[in-house]
Amino acid sequence: MTRILKPIGFWLLVAVIVVYAVFPFYYAVLTSMRSGQALFDPSLLPNSFDFSNYVGVFQQQPFALNILNSIIVAVTVVVISLFLGVTAAYALGRVHFAGRGLLLITILAVSMFPQVAVLSGMYEVIRLLGLYNTMPALMLSNLILTLPFTVWVLTTFMKELPRELEEAAFVDGASPWTVVRRVFLPLMWPALVTTGLLAFIAAWNEFLFALTFSPDNRTVPVAISSMTGASQQELPWGNIMAGSVIVTLPLIVLVLIFQRKIVAGLTAGAVKG
Amino acid sequence: MASVTLKNIRKAFGRIETVHGVNLDIEDKDFVVFVGPSGCGKSTLLRLIAGLEDITSGDLLIDGRKVNDKTPKDRGISMVFQSYALYPHMNVYQNMAFGLELAKTANTTIDAKVREAAQILELTPLLERLPKQLSGGQRQRVAIGRAIVREPKVFLFDEPLSNLDAALRVQMRISIAKLHKQMGATMVYVTHDQVEAMTLADKIVVLNAGNVEQVGAPLELYHNPRNLFVAGFIGSPQMNFIDTEVLASDPSGAKIALPGGGSVVAKVDGSSVRAGDKVKLGVRPEHLSETGGEASFKGAVEVVEELGESHFLYVRGGDGKLITLRHAGDAPVSAASDVTVGVPGDLCHVFKADGTALRKKEAGVCAPDSPEAQMKSQPAQLLPLSGRQAVSSSRRRRWTSLNMA
Amino acid sequence: MASQSDLTRARVRSAWLFLTPMLFVLALVAGWPLLRTIWFGFTDAKLSAPGLYKFVGLSNYLTYVDGRWLGLLANKIWWLSVWNTVWFSIVSVILETVLGTIVALVLNANFKGRAIVRAAVLIPWAIPTIVSAKMWLWMLNDQFGILNHILMNLHIISSPIAWTANSSTAMWAVIMVDVWKTTPFMALLILAALQMMPSDCYEAAKVDGIHPVKVFFRVTLPLIRPALMVAVVFRALDALRIFDLIYVLTSGSRDTISMSGFARLQLIDFAKTGLGSAASTSLFLVIAIITILAMTIGKVRVSEDAAK
Repeated sequence: MTRILKPIGFWLLVAVIVVYAVFPFYYAVLTSMRSGQALFDPSLLPNSFDFSNYVGVFQQQPFALNILNSIIVAVTVVVISLFLGVTAAYALGRVHFAGRGLLLITILAVSMFPQVAVLSGMYEVIRLLGLYNTMPALMLSNLILTLPFTVWVLTTFMKELPRELEEAAFVDGASPWTVVRRVFLPLMWPALVTTGLLAFIAAWNEFLFALTFSPDNRTVPVAISSMTGASQQELPWGNIMAGSVIVTLPLIVLVLIFQRKIVAGLTAGAVKG
Repeated sequence: MASVTLKNIRKAFGRIETVHGVNLDIEDKDFVVFVGPSGCGKSTLLRLIAGLEDITSGDLLIDGRKVNDKTPKDRGISMVFQSYALYPHMNVYQNMAFGLELAKTANTTIDAKVREAAQILELTPLLERLPKQLSGGQRQRVAIGRAIVREPKVFLFDEPLSNLDAALRVQMRISIAKLHKQMGATMVYVTHDQVEAMTLADKIVVLNAGNVEQVGAPLELYHNPRNLFVAGFIGSPQMNFIDTEVLASDPSGAKIALPGGGSVVAKVDGSSVRAGDKVKLGVRPEHLSETGGEASFKGAVEVVEELGESHFLYVRGGDGKLITLRHAGDAPVSAASDVTVGVPGDLCHVFKADGTALRKKEAGVCAPDSPEAQMKSQPAQLLPLSGRQAVSSSRRRRWTSLNMA
Repeated sequence: MASQSDLTRARVRSAWLFLTPMLFVLALVAGWPLLRTIWFGFTDAKLSAPGLYKFVGLSNYLTYVDGRWLGLLANKIWWLSVWNTVWFSIVSVILETVLGTIVALVLNANFKGRAIVRAAVLIPWAIPTIVSAKMWLWMLNDQFGILNHILMNLHIISSPIAWTANSSTAMWAVIMVDVWKTTPFMALLILAALQMMPSDCYEAAKVDGIHPVKVFFRVTLPLIRPALMVAVVFRALDALRIFDLIYVLTSGSRDTISMSGFARLQLIDFAKTGLGSAASTSLFLVIAIITILAMTIGKVRVSEDAAK
């Protein structure tokens, strides 16, 4: 009896897990394709394929601009983080100098900062630089989220590169920058993809700074959270779901394609740490 | 001219000194081998010459110029690493061209030099391949090629053959020897394998725990080891050491007691020892006689190993020590039989309690019909011919391999 | 005295050169703002006029004025936010750890379609927090929400529940969404730990015929405990900082406000930079203390193990 129960129980558990994980998104897609009264149809199966919500979400607010803003911020943050991360990782991963360990721990500690802790200070900086309500404000502030783990993961990777390779390059006459650029960088691209992806997702997702420093020139999370209808009760759910699907689908595709790398990146930082 | 001079070089990692005051003179076109057990400091010494480690104190001169503070590139050296250290994302051509590229050499020059090196090392058909598509031996050759193209003053090799299998190692050894003749460059080679040392070197530097034990030509080290360590390190199988004492001594010889009551008159300068001094008697397995002689001791054969071209006898002497004998051909005796081991007075070594060897009265081997040989006592004549032949034939072998170039 | 060759000197020099850009940026976005926030906590600055403020010492934290206690430590809503945050952190971390372990164990088993399940499990993590909040808001809607609909159809409840509006259920709604979103992360970490374990323990247990549940508690759990602890600490520190979910799900309702939410409320909505900064600093201190504690205990443990 238990022989049959065990696999049935197991598959039941698997089914529950999968449904639990996927249902909200499935339901969001369902809703996004319904409009008008159909929105409130509680049926769990797709029974309407009305795409007017997808049009509406772009008409009711500058959604295309919001998406563009998010892309610009996320891509810039990734590029800056990777550049700073690679250069820092070389110093921290391959050169022995006094205070190296302490520095690494401090950088990691920054990732523990609650975002509010730097809010007022950064607000002042943003105001001073005249960047309020602009994308550069977000490009700058998001770095506090992405730099620590980027430096950490890239440093771990750099440490693993064979010493003799570096020495051969030195004997060939390479300067440290040349070693990084022409020998290490080509070997590190898996790590760069991983950290780049994680940084992209973090910047794309970021809400507090976007809400506080650029409330009018919005990125996607702020845009979605502020979608309102005529009154509080009349939230344009169809539009909201359409917008959600639009911004989530590419992300899901990215994550699914690169899932191994992402998992490796996430766990490397945590497990080793 | 590319000479390398080390003056009192010391290296300390933190507070631990690993290289203690090394003095060395490497002449232009020399092939010098640093040899010694793991941890003796040979790789460290090589890296000090290369500039990959800082010299704690002392002076390093390449070509007469002090290079302590210079980067590897400015020292005019090239290095072949133990793990080859090829750039994995570059193909063979790019690997070899990298150094020249960084030196901003003209493309046509780079091309000419890379192709020339590729031809010498038979790498031309492999130029487009990536390192992961190459075998171990091919990678090794690319590593050497990378070192050649820069036309350095001094070539440094850090145990380049230790990752190769036995057959390949022999092949590569011959290639490296050929290369040396062809290029006429100064080469410094590090290995823990004394066979490589003996076959490749013009000069061997034996290192032990950061100290230079002895420097000399391979045969010099074989015939006249200056101390216990060098005697035990050079020569395979290892020299036999018998704990014994001096019975009588004078500047022309020392009478050493043998287990079982006999004695042998070693042809060494015995002026620094007296009767009663404890010494170690050293005789190589190939020099001991299986058929007894004027100076001999009895023993029981415990194990016989037949290799076809040679055989080993492991004999338990009267003092309980296991003695190794090695000679050509099949074993004349079988296990569990008794044998009389003959000890040749002119081929044995005497080591004092502090490990230093007493100076031999004759330097190395003399021609069979020389006056000295005639004057030698019985043990020399009773020496199995294989002993002498082994020595001179190995010398012949060495020159022949170079002629195969 | 060791003389440094050109090479070593050049390397150390270039190391610092390489580090400087990153350190500068980090100082700009993290170091300086943090110091400023801490400083502002001791002033009466207002958002509207950031240049005009005076030093007020600890009065943002606690002060006695006109017969009343004022300041952060006397603020009822602050303490409510502290309670909310702590309660949220404890419950969500426990739930995420337990559920994450279950999911990890499932994913660790070798079965057909494992890759698909793993991909499916990653989806909640991939969805932006705000989007998740909106999706769940939609599902939890009291009138039109599908969750109420299903529960009523299954006769588990008799009338729709206003999940996010009702103060007794709002926190649970937040916890539910956070657990949904973050369990994948925990599951992945635990899975990584599980996969690093030596399989011979299991084989020995199998041969001995030990019940799998016993095997889990007596063999698996102790072995993955270090990695599990790291994951739990990470998650706990993350949970203490929560802002996005609560803000969107319960849009400023005081009942569920978190410490971060309180700080921002004072800072931006009420423009009280001084008080807001004091709150921010307090949160920072709490997290810093816990982090240092965790690291010290962790280090002590590590050196203990090494000494054994």
